Amino acid sequence: MVPANYYLALGAVLFAIGLGGVVVKRNMLVVFMCIELMLNAANLTFLAFARQSGSLNGHAIAFFVMAVAAAEAAVGLAIVIAVFRTRGTLNVDEVAALKN
Amino acid sequence: MSDRAEMVVFWIFSVPLIAGAAGVVVARNPVNAAISLVVSFFFLAGIYVLLTAHLLAFLQVLVYAGAIMVLFLFVIMLLTTKDEEFARARMNVMHVGGVLGALGVLVVVVKAVSDLGPMPMRLVGPEFGTVKAVGRLLYTQYLLPFEATSLLLLVSIVGAVVVAKQRI
Repeated sequence: MVPANYYLALGAVLFAIGLGGVVVKRNMLVVFMCIELMLNAANLTFLAFARQSGSLNGHAIAFFVMAVAAAEAAVGLAIVIAVFRTRGTLNVDEVAALKN
Repeated sequence: MSDRAEMVVFWIFSVPLIAGAAGVVVARNPVNAAISLVVSFFFLAGIYVLLTAHLLAFLQVLVYAGAIMVLFLFVIMLLTTKDEEFARARMNVMHVGGVLGALGVLVVVVKAVSDLGPMPMRLVGPEFGTVKAVGRLLYTQYLLPFEATSLLLLVSIVGAVVVAKQRI
């Protein structure tokens, strides 16, 4: 049987890729995709621990994470559309009005 | 399944999964990034099956690879940007900082995981992870969060329409 460490390390790799993408990428949509990647890494960790401890609670949490991710994607993409309509760009560097 | 076969299946699923995830970051075109993400979600569903999380693997394909990524592709289609050149930015502080930060997180977490020592999986019954078992848990112990989730989805539907619509 594959030990839980392998799954946890795989989750860490996915999370790191998502984190690097959020910082590096400039396209708003791709930044969103990287956030989805990080959520999936968290889900994988929950399921690995659920399997390791033999308890189903991790499955319930992963289910709720999925539902929140769906809601977040819907609202987030609506915001992206609204920003694109007013600014005409998807570059996160040019949409920094809150910063100044 | 024997231990060795399971390990082989784990690598068969995890190598394309990491490659797909890296493709999201490397791809210049957002459509390529989205397709790469769909591919990695499918392989992640395979990993979930390996963890005997059958319901979650099914939902991963249905909700993530199906619903969420279709939403992403529709938005990419709507927002055809002429300025895709900005993805071709030069190496700057953000690039170096992002890569170093991600590598730092990776090293710390993998070190912590390997320090735990091998954690063997517990033997579970045939019901583990099925729709019946998880559904029973959701409708008894997690009934209140489950109903709150339905409210959350309703609010997000209304919110998405209000934010994205030009005139209400």
